[in-house]
Amino acid sequence: MSVEAPAATGNMGEPHPRFDARLKVTGGARYASDMPVDNPAYAYLVTSAIARGRIVSINLGEAQNVPGVLHIMTHENTSKDVKDSKLFSDGGFSGTSIIPLQSDKVWHDGQIVAVVVAETYEAAREAGYRVKIEYEAEQPSATFESNGVQVQAAADVKKTHEDPKVGDFDGAFASAEVKVDATYFTPTQHHNPIELFTTTCAWAGDKLTVYEPSQTMYGMKNGIASQLGIEPEQVRVVSNFVGGAFGSKGSLTPRTALTAIAARRVGRPVKLVATRQQGFTIATYRAETKQRVRLGASRDGKLTALSHEGWEVTSRPDNYMVAGTDATTRMYDVANVQSKVSIVHADRNTPGFMRSPPELPYMFGLESAIDELAYALDIDPIELRRKNDTMKEPIKGLPYTSRSVMQCFDEGAKSFGWSKREPKPGSMRDGDWLVGLGCAMSCYPTQMAPSSARVRLSQNGELRVETASHEIGNGAYTVIGQIAAERLGVPYEKVSVVLGDSDYPAAPVSGGSITTASVCNCVAEACDAIRAELGINDPKGDVLAALKSRGRGAIERYAEWTPKGVPDGALAKLYSGQAMPTGGTKDKERIMFAFGAEFIEVRVHQRTREIRVPRIVGAFAAGRIVNPRTARSQLMGGLIWGVSSALHEATEIDKRAARYVNKDLAEYLVPVNADIDQLEVFMIPEEDHEVNPLGIKGIGELGNVGTNAAVANAVYHATGKRIRDLPIRLETLLA
Amino acid sequence: MRPFTYERAASVDALRARGGDAARDGMKTSRAFVAGGTTLFDLMKLDVMQPDAVIDINPLANDLGRIEVGGNGLRLGALVRMSEAADDPRINRDFPVLAQSLTLAASPQLRNMASLGGNVLQRTRCHYFRDTSWANCNKRNPGSGCAALEGMNRIHAVLGASDNCIATYPGDFAQALIALDAVVEVQGRSGKRTLAFEKLHRVPADTPRIETVLEPGDLITAFLIPTIPAARRSAYLKIRDRESYEFALASAAVALDIANGQVRDARIALGGVATKPWRAREAEKALIGKKLDEDAARRAGEIAFQGAAPRAHNAFKVALGRETVARALMHAAQMEI
Repeated sequence: MSVEAPAATGNMGEPHPRFDARLKVTGGARYASDMPVDNPAYAYLVTSAIARGRIVSINLGEAQNVPGVLHIMTHENTSKDVKDSKLFSDGGFSGTSIIPLQSDKVWHDGQIVAVVVAETYEAAREAGYRVKIEYEAEQPSATFESNGVQVQAAADVKKTHEDPKVGDFDGAFASAEVKVDATYFTPTQHHNPIELFTTTCAWAGDKLTVYEPSQTMYGMKNGIASQLGIEPEQVRVVSNFVGGAFGSKGSLTPRTALTAIAARRVGRPVKLVATRQQGFTIATYRAETKQRVRLGASRDGKLTALSHEGWEVTSRPDNYMVAGTDATTRMYDVANVQSKVSIVHADRNTPGFMRSPPELPYMFGLESAIDELAYALDIDPIELRRKNDTMKEPIKGLPYTSRSVMQCFDEGAKSFGWSKREPKPGSMRDGDWLVGLGCAMSCYPTQMAPSSARVRLSQNGELRVETASHEIGNGAYTVIGQIAAERLGVPYEKVSVVLGDSDYPAAPVSGGSITTASVCNCVAEACDAIRAELGINDPKGDVLAALKSRGRGAIERYAEWTPKGVPDGALAKLYSGQAMPTGGTKDKERIMFAFGAEFIEVRVHQRTREIRVPRIVGAFAAGRIVNPRTARSQLMGGLIWGVSSALHEATEIDKRAARYVNKDLAEYLVPVNADIDQLEVFMIPEEDHEVNPLGIKGIGELGNVGTNAAVANAVYHATGKRIRDLPIRLETLLA
Repeated sequence: MRPFTYERAASVDALRARGGDAARDGMKTSRAFVAGGTTLFDLMKLDVMQPDAVIDINPLANDLGRIEVGGNGLRLGALVRMSEAADDPRINRDFPVLAQSLTLAASPQLRNMASLGGNVLQRTRCHYFRDTSWANCNKRNPGSGCAALEGMNRIHAVLGASDNCIATYPGDFAQALIALDAVVEVQGRSGKRTLAFEKLHRVPADTPRIETVLEPGDLITAFLIPTIPAARRSAYLKIRDRESYEFALASAAVALDIANGQVRDARIALGGVATKPWRAREAEKALIGKKLDEDAARRAGEIAFQGAAPRAHNAFKVALGRETVARALMHAAQMEI
């Protein structure tokens, strides 16, 4: 199916095709494990078969006899080699404080317990199968309700954590005319990027080059240096393309240091491509949540009380949390609010960022509860949201810089045909199928971080932009090039953008949907500096002619950009690998969010109860859209993933053993083409000059927020069954 | 994957003395036949199957790769690819349940590779079987126990299970074959023989590692599907967690011969719910001589699942299975043929 690019309307940029599209579909794009290195050896990971306990003995005899085996790393020969593993969320670089091979202790299922290095991948794998490990297993705690878990209030373990609160919730809820009090669950989910977790390490003397798909060049450079006890200047990280990351490649995993150590020991480059199954336990994941939401309202639909409590699973040693109440307490006009987040320590690997980490689970709770309230009040769910819409967040009374959520609902509803919806559950049918229509709000905080970039304009008209940002499918190559071309009046075709190399100027981690806003504002500043030097103040003035008339060969400018509200010294921190994002709810004077409205039609078979999604409509307003084609693609992918999070994705845990069981793409389901039928994305033009000079909000994580609630709300409308536990599967709907 | 030797078969006869025994005794086998490799190589990479020798039978496609239609029925060579049979217009017209069971299985890429012979021998998707780090699996490691009994058993069987194994037979095509009384042709060490397809697979009972009656060296060479009146009014209904590229939670292969408003012949086979391709004969009998209406279809569904033994996470398969049977029967009854 071929679809025309969306037209640029309002303040949008041109819908240029993605710079890397052809490279990717023809195999021309080189991913980290495609990078040629001289005479590589191959590593294979051996992972633990228990979730808690210790290693009693490791027998390597049979493994070492496999022809081609060069070296096997275990805790017996590697225990002092990794120096540091401070968590990313605590100002470090690592996704987990659990560094394998440091002792005989096993913290979680699938922990790395040995690394085999051999002449070929096949020999390394075979030897891996022949490593014999004897464990002393202890009874692990798997998840909520398991014996032995430890529950802690977020506020007790993290100084910076706030549980947003205002007014008197208890009083207001007690006296509310209409109430909702419900508990929701979201499952464990894994990113499963199609590109596996790979690392290639090559030493030249004391200089290390790491080829690894990464969302943070400088984070990885500095992080790996601190883990290996070497200087950051000794490390170069290269990641020109990333085949999907979604948060899983944003913080260091232990495999990088282990691969570097292996390469040093065998004296040649070592290449590791972890298996799909291993990806479930050697990197991070989205932990399961439990949430209790209470809403109180007046009979005419005005919210009077809101409480959102969340519980999140984490590992034994780490206090990782997403705390989505930061957003959910600020979405509606309500005078009495309380919230609380707790973490539940279990014998699991440490969870981490996964696309819309806080909002995806927590907006499921809030937007399901709002729908429940609409039914309790007998008010249309969109009208209920309109009654409680606000231009000021309720906790501190800060103004939204812009908020076009009701425009999104109105445009979306029109296209979706919301007015044809019969409100009563179970009232719409098509033959043997029950039809349900549901909607939900989407939101994502608008954040930016300090950035740096170098721009060079040559007299032959070529424009080159260098920055250590990266292409993680976000269209970074394309939108950065567009901004540079536009700013200097150079044809887009003459721009080349180079990314994904720590030899370029530092850029922040590609997380929190910050890349376009952060890097583009910086590139624009560098371009403006070129203009200024050439004395071309008229935005339509010919920069290239000025360059030539001055007899210059080229002009180059390096720029550092700092968003408003970031403390001094942020650029130095950026170069040491810290992103320092601001915006969202972090600003002291205003609040910044992008919004959307999502509409879902479901069909549920009246006999066998399978659920189909024939129609998806999403309308979004997110400030200036630099490229409506790549933006639509991002939002479309988000919506599809949102459907996936509602109907398909869940990592199953054998609670007896605290082990994941469905560790491949045949058993861990994501939608296939046949699951996604009609899908429409609208982008509502929105101008916001407060968020940053270019007015960009960032959309990477907006699309998949709220979709799960919209699906659950549609399922309720179709069947009259309120499903509060994801994913929604046919068994919960069978009579 | 462990080292193995690879050889290409020269002829069916030359194989007779060589033969693979993978089909008979799962893992610690010495030789295995390979055609599409979509199950075997997968399980070898996971270290679940460890043959010493792999014998590639693809060179036998001239003999074993043909679709032949005769007056008495259909002959499908074991090396016919799933996609070839699924796309054949004669099969679609005269044996729709066969074509549908193939089209609804796997993905286009897999259907282009996988052979029909290999398809019926595909191994279970039980998590505990496919991941060798679980110690307890009677199929992989006889006598070690079954981790699925009290484990994550949502995808597991409610029919034909034993206390030693509840792994579901994962395929679709076998249900269509069993419903149509297909015959399987086997080349063994002592020559060619045929047996009812229904007899090919075994329930796990006390020996879950032995999944079929094939002897070491046996090679499936063809499937013979007789022309019966019910074959044209046949259909395959597959209920699953996503629309494509997914195994059945419950499926039903049904075939009906209806004359003057009365059922003369009925065939019902169940997938996704049983440890082997499962024929629901009692349910079939209850339909004979009746009008196929909502009540009769529901009754057949109920009978088909009498004796089901659900576990903690798969109890829904009983209700789902009943509805699947009823829906498939009602659909087949209304087909225009």
